[in-house]
Amino acid sequence: MENLGRLGFSEEQADLLEVATNFCRDKSPMDKVRKLIDDERGYDPEVWKDIVGLGWLGIAVPEEYGGVGLSLGEAAPVMEQIGRFMLASPFLSTTLAAQAVLAGGTEALKQHLLPKIVEGAIATLALTEDSGDWDLSQITARAEKDGDNIILSGKKLFVCDAVSAQWIIVSVSLDGKPALVLVERAQLPEGALRSETIIDETKRSYALTLDGVQVSANALFDPHKARAALSHIHLAANLLAAAEMVGATQAVIDYTIDYLTTRKQFGRLIGSYQALKHPTVDAFIGYEQARSHLYSAAHCFNEQGTGEVATRMAKAEADKALSYAADRSIQFHGGFGFTYDCDAQLYRRRAMWHAAQFGDASYHRKKLAELLL
Amino acid sequence: MTAVDPKDLREFSQGADAWFRDNVPDDPGFMLPLTFMEVGTDQQFNFLRDWQNKVWEAGYLGAAWPKEYGGGGLDPAFQKAATEAMRRRHAPIMLNAIGLNWTGPLLLDMGSEDQKQSYIKKILSAEDIWCQGFSEPENGSDLGNAQLRAVRDGDDYVLNGSKIWTTHGSYAKHMILLARTNFDAPNKYAGLSFFLAPMDAAGIETTPIRKLTGEFGFTQTFFTDARIPAECRMGKEGQGWLIAMRTLEYERGARGGQAGGYVITPLDAFSILELAKKAQRDGAPVMDDPVMRDRLVGFLIEAQGLKLCQERGRIAPLTTDRPMALSLSGKLMWTEFARRLNEFAMTLLGAKGGYYVGDESAVDDGLWTRGYLNAFSATIGGGTSQVQRNIIGEHVLGLPKK
Repeated sequence: MENLGRLGFSEEQADLLEVATNFCRDKSPMDKVRKLIDDERGYDPEVWKDIVGLGWLGIAVPEEYGGVGLSLGEAAPVMEQIGRFMLASPFLSTTLAAQAVLAGGTEALKQHLLPKIVEGAIATLALTEDSGDWDLSQITARAEKDGDNIILSGKKLFVCDAVSAQWIIVSVSLDGKPALVLVERAQLPEGALRSETIIDETKRSYALTLDGVQVSANALFDPHKARAALSHIHLAANLLAAAEMVGATQAVIDYTIDYLTTRKQFGRLIGSYQALKHPTVDAFIGYEQARSHLYSAAHCFNEQGTGEVATRMAKAEADKALSYAADRSIQFHGGFGFTYDCDAQLYRRRAMWHAAQFGDASYHRKKLAELLL
Repeated sequence: MTAVDPKDLREFSQGADAWFRDNVPDDPGFMLPLTFMEVGTDQQFNFLRDWQNKVWEAGYLGAAWPKEYGGGGLDPAFQKAATEAMRRRHAPIMLNAIGLNWTGPLLLDMGSEDQKQSYIKKILSAEDIWCQGFSEPENGSDLGNAQLRAVRDGDDYVLNGSKIWTTHGSYAKHMILLARTNFDAPNKYAGLSFFLAPMDAAGIETTPIRKLTGEFGFTQTFFTDARIPAECRMGKEGQGWLIAMRTLEYERGARGGQAGGYVITPLDAFSILELAKKAQRDGAPVMDDPVMRDRLVGFLIEAQGLKLCQERGRIAPLTTDRPMALSLSGKLMWTEFARRLNEFAMTLLGAKGGYYVGDESAVDDGLWTRGYLNAFSATIGGGTSQVQRNIIGEHVLGLPKK
């Protein structure tokens, strides 16, 4: 079998990993995660300023647009630690939006958007539709040219952080082909955004009604690049989701271990029972394998072919690992595990969220079968 | 250690590749064991002993062991290159596993000069086969409870008891032996001592054990008033457990220093793809069946994950939280994977999953069915998967023992 990916780890990644670990631990203790669940915006603007100051938005943006000029793989350790400490921010949305601009935007849009994104302007993507299809090219939302303007119609779901965002990049069907257009959030009509009730309460998501939205022709991304851009976004989203999930897997295993080493029943610490110990080890081994896949995907992300294989493997394994580890965490916390106060539910919900976004484990295995068999 | 000249290494590597290309033996006409634990006939034993000797003489085994004891005196990178060439050229396994992987590194690390002089070279040449006497019929997973009695009598120890799962027991010249020298020690571990015992001593007898595959490969070894010289003891009385644990670290790959080569044929998960491509169900290729495709991809992902975990173990910043995790998990991950992969292969065989080694219609000479049954040797031997989970749970995750 030819190249399925391999590991490599740059000095930049090592530095980012260390900085991100300390920053996220410091800025996102669990009581703060809980507090932000009730916050409308869902994140702390001061922390967002810090993130911008650390330069994380520019990691994968070329220097000519004000970024650092590394690859998206270099953002994986940052995303992993964000996931580990459940640090809430529009980092994922904005990073993916920047990737969309890079992959599909016109030169004018790149110059207009990227330097501002690097400086902290929030952006997001509107891709998913009512069909719930993970194939991003299945688009029913429409764009029609009307002189110098483009008139949009239809509906988009799961537009993350939309209310905080300055820009929303929307996938539409234009002349029967996929296209991407830039929408200024401030220009949306009243009521275009509806806050969605989603499984992961630490995140913010909105449904977007496009009817009556009109943009100028220069908001249209490069039409020749739209399909490739959607593929790129799909993989980039899965790479970063895998990273966030791997971090969460480590955290939920540590959380479980804390309980297993303090809770006593029948006069013994419950972690001494093999019925709990062995599945915890299995969860841990799942985490180790998922983490190895993640860093392979991060390392090979830009390689044609290999990047896709490694990324799909990483997402499939991250889904499996986090789902299992969090599922067992609920169970092993017993009665407490069934309460809202037990953090195990936060991780299980995180796993459910990311499984539903951009493809779950079995979907990626299906795509891998097409690539490998 | 001096720096390795990349040019030297490249030349060595190319030489090794050419040598194995030219010297890996053709089909000998009988099934070659895939692992050192599967040597069941004299024919197989003699063939593999000659092969190991030939590889050593060519300089591709023990390349990194000291020259004065029969090694090549080179940097470990050279042996690694030779082992990769073996793998690439599908060479048969190295036979003298206990000697090459456990006794040898142990002696080189902490043996006396005399012991190194007497034993190391003959381990490499396969002149002296070594076996291991750790497990007992009543003490398998609970190794620390070993009961074989070694009583000091003048210049000798007198041994009574029995050991089980002795690989190469009937062929071995020496045994690394864990025996109890003190029944009144403060704890069970402190009563154990470690010996390099001659297998030809009067009173040591081996009885072959027939495996679930129907083949042989292990013995039970009985000790009845067997006398061995006191100088066979390694370390002091009571240090047996420490030395045995160190030996197990070599066995589990958590500690380096092995002679090189492989004693278990590397598992090629992708060979199952070849099998799948030939398989047919309901008049159509199995490769068209979405359920089977999903399972196949699952195995490929897992195989890749195991490979990546080995690579990640060498990247320090990616192992900081639990540094021992990957090395201590390797055995569990690989052996359970091998068992499940072999098991899956049988469903690909369809009706022919009912054949066994020896039938002319068996697919790949019955390799897969036999492979599945033999896979348990690795999920049980060297500490069962259940004991491995205890070790990982307690030593890596910090879960309580009691």
